[in-house]
Amino acid sequence: MALLSKSSKAAVSDPLMSNNPISLQVLGICSALAVTTKLDIAFVMTLAVIAVLCISNTVISLLRKMIPSKVRIIVQLSVIASMVILTDLILQAYMYDISKQLTVFVSLIITNCIIMGRAEAFAMQNGPWRSFLDGLGNGLGYGIILIAVAFFRELLGSGTIYGYKVIPEAMYAAGYENMGLMVLSPGAFIILGLIVWAQRILGNVEEE
Amino acid sequence: MHSNRYTIIFTMLITMVLAFVLSSVYSSLEEQTERNFQADIKKNILSSLGFVPDENTSWTTENVEAIFKNSVISFVVDKNGDIVEGMLPEDIDPKIDNDVYPIYKKTTNGKTEGFAIPISGKGLWGTMYGYFAIEPDGATAKGITFYKHVETPGLGAEVDKPWFQQNYIGKKFVDENGALIGIQTVKGKVDESSDEAYHQVDGISGATITSRGLNKFLLKDLEIYNPYLVRIRKNYNS
Repeated sequence: MALLSKSSKAAVSDPLMSNNPISLQVLGICSALAVTTKLDIAFVMTLAVIAVLCISNTVISLLRKMIPSKVRIIVQLSVIASMVILTDLILQAYMYDISKQLTVFVSLIITNCIIMGRAEAFAMQNGPWRSFLDGLGNGLGYGIILIAVAFFRELLGSGTIYGYKVIPEAMYAAGYENMGLMVLSPGAFIILGLIVWAQRILGNVEEE
Repeated sequence: MHSNRYTIIFTMLITMVLAFVLSSVYSSLEEQTERNFQADIKKNILSSLGFVPDENTSWTTENVEAIFKNSVISFVVDKNGDIVEGMLPEDIDPKIDNDVYPIYKKTTNGKTEGFAIPISGKGLWGTMYGYFAIEPDGATAKGITFYKHVETPGLGAEVDKPWFQQNYIGKKFVDENGALIGIQTVKGKVDESSDEAYHQVDGISGATITSRGLNKFLLKDLEIYNPYLVRIRKNYNS
């Protein structure tokens, strides 16, 4: 038996490209702007979102037959909020320096539409294993875009990649300057826009 | 369709379970988090005073505590600049003790090498906390650090980056007449040819409100310590 059935595989791979939560569903844009100035921050944020998304999807899927439909959104939200606080506590205890850099944005994972969206659209209808994979896929899809945006912003805005200087001093001496715009939110909008554009052309996405 | 009774019992149960999980995780991690936090404060005092971790010894909690014990003398001054005998910074209870302020003095073989004072005030999103270190002359900045703030990563949060903090080293916060003027961030780079350059540092682009707040509370905190610093300056010059 294959490790993943065809439909399970699709649950992981679809959100990576053809149905990416950021660039195609246009969810979670706020955090994609806020935490993409540096690669290391974007990377830890990605891990935190994947963890929250996988756990909350699995928990909600396990409870899906028991959750009364009248209060389902509130129940989903309290599960998600608890997972976010849990992640924040663990980061503070074991990755203190990084959690300091992420400041409020870990807590703001609660408001990330991707997580709520997946809980409501997927985990409420599917079994725990597939919901887990769906969480993993969407988290990775979110992460790919986050890291791509952070790569360009850090390179163009600060001249570094993952904290290492890559633009040689000679270039600065010759008059090259870091693009201040890339460090600001508009820089993220522009790069995100270009990624969406490139993906739509390459992926032949049909307009609705 | 579930009955109202079921709905109420279900929500109560789920809330209780989640609350229990969170509080047990919190209490099991609390000690570690608190230790990280205290060590981070000491680390900030040390790095504002110019201690740098060398290649062999990293800033582990144990190292930080040891260096702090060996090279830093902490004491408390009142609003007139007099040292409060028999009181240590950790004895200060903000609820009952007004007008007493902690100072951390760096000494090497009995020689004073600088003073660190706590600074705090409003940035853009909330209060920023840090330390400001002063050379033994009582008028020159030795360093600045931040250990707690909620500024935007990449913008206001650049205050805890080395490029920004190194700006401050060697700047004067007292003018030629001995009046306190603080240190101001400017838009863009400091014009070194300007007469004002001695108390100006490069600003953070896109973080106007954070920088403005920092300028303001740094001056306010220096004013609090000024009576003590005036004596230091007098002793140093005589």
